[in-house]
Amino acid sequence: MKILVCISNVPDTTTKVKFKEGDSLFDDSGVQWIINPWDELALTRALELKEDAGNSVNEICVIHVGGAGADATLRKALAIGADKAVRIDACPADAYHVAGQIAEFLKENPFDIVFSGIESSDYNGSSVGAMIAEFMDYPGISSVTAVNLDDDDIQLSRAIPGGKQVLKTETPFVAVVQKGIANEPRIPSMRGIMMARKKPLEVKAAAEMDVLTKSVKFELPAEKGACKMIESESAEQLVDLLKNEAKVL
Amino acid sequence: MSVIAFAKNWNGKFKNSTYELVSYTKELANKLNTNLIVLSIGEVSNDELNTLGKFGADKVVSVNNPQLNILTSRAYAKVIAQLAEKEAASVVVMSDNNSGKAIAPRVSVKLKAGMVAAVQELPVSLDPFVVKKRVFSGKAFGHVQIDSEKKVVTIAKNCFGLIENQVEVNIEEFAPEVDASLFKIQVIEEEEQKDKVILSDADVVVSAGRGMRSPENWAPVEELAEVLGAATACSRPVSDEGWRGHEEHVGQTGKVIAPNLYIAAGISGAIQHVAGISRSKCIVAINTDPEAPIFSVADYGIVGDVMEVLPKLTKAFRNSKS
Ligand SMILES: Cc1cc2nc3c(=O)[nH]c(=O)nc-3n(C[C@H](O)[C@H](O)[C@H](O)COP(=O)(O)OP(=O)(O)OC[C@H]3O[C@@H](n4cnc5c(N)ncnc54)[C@H](O)[C@@H]3O)c2cc1C
Ligand SMILES: Nc1ncnc2c1ncn2[C@@H]1O[C@H](COP(=O)(O)O)[C@@H](O)[C@H]1O
Repeated sequence: MKILVCISNVPDTTTKVKFKEGDSLFDDSGVQWIINPWDELALTRALELKEDAGNSVNEICVIHVGGAGADATLRKALAIGADKAVRIDACPADAYHVAGQIAEFLKENPFDIVFSGIESSDYNGSSVGAMIAEFMDYPGISSVTAVNLDDDDIQLSRAIPGGKQVLKTETPFVAVVQKGIANEPRIPSMRGIMMARKKPLEVKAAAEMDVLTKSVKFELPAEKGACKMIESESAEQLVDLLKNEAKVL
Repeated sequence: MSVIAFAKNWNGKFKNSTYELVSYTKELANKLNTNLIVLSIGEVSNDELNTLGKFGADKVVSVNNPQLNILTSRAYAKVIAQLAEKEAASVVVMSDNNSGKAIAPRVSVKLKAGMVAAVQELPVSLDPFVVKKRVFSGKAFGHVQIDSEKKVVTIAKNCFGLIENQVEVNIEEFAPEVDASLFKIQVIEEEEQKDKVILSDADVVVSAGRGMRSPENWAPVEELAEVLGAATACSRPVSDEGWRGHEEHVGQTGKVIAPNLYIAAGISGAIQHVAGISRSKCIVAINTDPEAPIFSVADYGIVGDVMEVLPKLTKAFRNSKS
């Protein structure tokens, strides 16, 4: 069984965001790039499934749609333990375009399971995974918090408002994963970093694919007004302010 | 021409977020000078469908096919896309909840319609069609232009509110084609949390962090939540340590919530935590450290020990009720 993990290359979560060219573009000068947090967890779970001798997972491939700037992020995924990496050399213009590229790759290179994260922490598109499922006409499971394999018995858990569901499905399918899928993301070991240098990072030409949306402008949120401080003895005053000033009760 | 809103039901009932969706889509239809069609899939009584009229839904299309009683994103997307073709819809609108996240991207691919998730308000402009959404996990807003003829948007919870606009509802039945091959996923178990307020729906949330020091100390948090009819939440280290369940974790890598009131007790206010709560209407912070970053995003703050302040608050809220 083969697992494909989609990797989005995003600015470190502590990045202070700035824009350039009349607030029309993200200013990436000095930005540290990381594997999107959910993709890192998805990769971790994929590796755990491969290590578990009880099932037949034998290949973990990571895929990214983007420029050469993301190669360091893909090398990191290899150092963590992925067997191979594929980069589709295209500007990740919008979710439709990215998902379409990955679907074209999948048509030529079938996988049993495709993992994507619930959203990229930069543009928060939350669409690519489900779009891949639709392009491929695969079943898709969203908000996945656990994946367990026992040969052909595939069970997934997903969060539903105020509870959880356990589902059974058959391959191939797309799982859009969130928190819970793995406990802690793995970090690359020294040995992993050495081995990653020898692992394949294949660069593929982009397919013909439309772009349907574009970011035209960014703005920073309005400054928040000062926080009103209340004495710890004055709980009643806070209740009064919440009722009559903030009007939230 | 038309604009379609997909109104999901929960065991045959709509929620406030459904009515917010209808209010939003009605305004959008008015702006575009076109008709609103609200689509309901699954078993929903006519009485319940009629409640949509309060928010301007004059035409409701109901698909009542037992195969569709369980939400399957693949099949639902097919139904929505079929209706969109039939009604020459220019925009399809859904709520940005679990099901919207699963279905909307599929509808986008089927219709070759550009999609934007979790928009914050009515479009900034209609021609070109530009919508505004949070990006970089709340650190900025982005204006996104959709260039395709058809468009799909999902709207963020609590971004618009309810607008009453009572009309007579016309219910039409629609029988789309759905074949068995669309249902490859089987639900084998379902657990619902019945007794507690559901975090993603809650108007008031009481949340606590590592400042509580130990999982045994949670009683004051739960008592305050109970008095307020609030849901409980926590910071990431608290759920990572197993002090509280994962379903309570809010922030960039947990849930993104937008309650009216968020009370943060013993939470430092790290940027990744704030990413999940910055859409709250009002934030109250309780922290021993007057320099804690949470105070720079809070509306009201108390410098003090959670173990002393929380019981006082509980008492004050209780007294204000009676
Ligand atoms: C990629 C990434 C993603 C992340 N995602 C998230 C996320 O989604 N959600 C999230 O929450 N975090 C997230 N984090 C972690 C985040 O950076 C912080 O570490 C975390 O939010 C801190 O949790 P905390 O405020 O409970 O604990 P701390 O930072 O330890 O803060 C405890 C606070 O309690 C106060 N305190 C101590 N004792 C008392 C007392 N007796 N009374 C009152 N106050 C007291 C202290 O002054 C302090 O401010 C993420 C981190 C990374 C790197
Ligand atoms: N450029 C990309 N290349 C590969 N996968 C991506 C890319 N962008 C997004 N993804 C995947 O899609 C998920 C959701 O991203 P998004 O729809 O952009 O919010 C991410 O967690 C990744 O798994």
